Amino acid sequence: MDLTQASFKQVSEAVKTKKISATEVTKFFLNRVEQLNPKLNAYIAMNEAALNEAAALDVKINKNENVGPLAGVAFGIKDLLCTKNLRTTAASKILHNFIPPYDSTVVARLKKSGAIILGKLNLDEFAMGSSNETSYFGKCYNPWNTAYVPGGSSGGSASAQASRMAMGTIGTDTGGSIRQPASFCGVVGIKPTYGRVSRYGIIAYASSLDQAGPIVSSVEDAALTLEVICGQDENDSTSSTKKVPEFSKNLSTNVKGMKIGLVKEYQKGELHPDITKTYNLAIEELKKAGAEIVEVSIPLTEFAVPMYYLIAASEASSNLARYDGVKYGHRAEFNDLASMSLEDFYSQTRGEGFGKEVKRRIMLGTYCLSSGYYDAYYNKACQVRRLLRQQYLDVFKNCDALLSPVTTSPAFKVGERSTDPLKMYLNDIFTTSTNLAGLPGMSVPFGFSSDGLPIGVQLTGAHFEEQKILNIAFALESISETKGRTPNVF
Amino acid sequence: MIIDQKTIEHIAKLARLKVNAEDAVEYGEQLTKVLTHFQQISALDTTNIEPLVTPVDIEFFAREDNVKQENTTEEMLQNAPEKAGNLFKVPPVV
Repeated sequence: MDLTQASFKQVSEAVKTKKISATEVTKFFLNRVEQLNPKLNAYIAMNEAALNEAAALDVKINKNENVGPLAGVAFGIKDLLCTKNLRTTAASKILHNFIPPYDSTVVARLKKSGAIILGKLNLDEFAMGSSNETSYFGKCYNPWNTAYVPGGSSGGSASAQASRMAMGTIGTDTGGSIRQPASFCGVVGIKPTYGRVSRYGIIAYASSLDQAGPIVSSVEDAALTLEVICGQDENDSTSSTKKVPEFSKNLSTNVKGMKIGLVKEYQKGELHPDITKTYNLAIEELKKAGAEIVEVSIPLTEFAVPMYYLIAASEASSNLARYDGVKYGHRAEFNDLASMSLEDFYSQTRGEGFGKEVKRRIMLGTYCLSSGYYDAYYNKACQVRRLLRQQYLDVFKNCDALLSPVTTSPAFKVGERSTDPLKMYLNDIFTTSTNLAGLPGMSVPFGFSSDGLPIGVQLTGAHFEEQKILNIAFALESISETKGRTPNVF
Repeated sequence: MIIDQKTIEHIAKLARLKVNAEDAVEYGEQLTKVLTHFQQISALDTTNIEPLVTPVDIEFFAREDNVKQENTTEEMLQNAPEKAGNLFKVPPVV
């Protein structure tokens, strides 16, 4: 069995029927990590207990005990999700030594379903970035060409997945952080509807926008992972009580009669010619498959980036107030604690512990929430957010899903945009409105640039309509020129 | 709009962030640029529009009010930078 190509279903079936052991699968991927990670820096911590956990699963199988649907499937987890007794850092100095005493719900559900956790994956510090260049543990690279960024913030997840240093990975998406790196690295990424997946134990960036989801090699693997991680959780009051469909069983490539909208406002901006080519090809193929393509208008998407950054930075400045050097994490060194002022204690610890981009966003958010500016910035953005969501709700009355590019260009070079924050923020033009409206969105690989870098297309669905976008992605995947192609990483 | 150094100092103080002089200048320039660009939303009419925070209609649910002992004191203190017995050690607060 070629473990770099096998599906979750095939592997878990083989593990359950003892054709291969969970230990062998785990060893195979740990070996790949050892060989490839020095080049890519996708993993920033390994789970030392992985082989023991795999052995324990094999014992269960030998005793004919019930194991879950992901038995033996080896996962890498973005280092924003808490893992019990395994260091969790948000790729920040301020949490460089933090060992969670509990599992996030997503990780607990993966473990319960038989998945083996290999280790923790790199990201932009506190998930704030689009290139994985702001990690305290160093940059992560794109396996298709290491001169390029893997995207961000879930850059480690996408890079590890594309290079098959894991069978599956988990990312999080606040403004595009699953979809953009998935597109840059040629893998499948889905951000579910806000509330589908519990946020318990996920280090918060912007609580009203954050959602976790899979970054994996195929639409089927994504569907299966969603079945495991979605659903109500008593530890997250914003998790939805809605029943979770059997996404993987319901998968179908039949898109006949589906109405797919193209957002008019997205046609205005400048698109890289390779992006236009891939996007147009997807439109043509969906037409051929019997889908009806319609033009729709969502005028407020033009304001998505300002709205997103004002809200995300405001929420971040509040969420990150908890890092104070008292209960856990980094604390600045002081000679005499008794003679310190509390204020200096906090500001020195935080000044040292946070990186530049995180500080920039805390400053921006603090400003937007400060007396005299709250109404003009934060509150205004939240009002426009309601109007934006309404425009989406209206469009979905007559439309099953939306198709768009994920980004304006393929992956960019390492260092190319890191000196200009505004330019970096404007990357997120096509992805942020999905989070603002709480909609499910995904990226499915559908082409290559002239430089050989993969390019995805984005699908956006109505609230809780993940199945529809999974099915359209399934149809596109079945005819994609990227199918079965992996980067030459050795 | 211009975010001057006095404003940067004020925000840094509110956010409990020590920012060095060089970074303060950089943040001033960058926040000026970013906020100037973001000001475009001020032109939109939002009269009588309720701000939206949670983007999806979530059905409220409540947990049973049962006491659970999921973590021990030792576990919760294991990450403390400095402790004294079962207490976190901090500078004088009163």
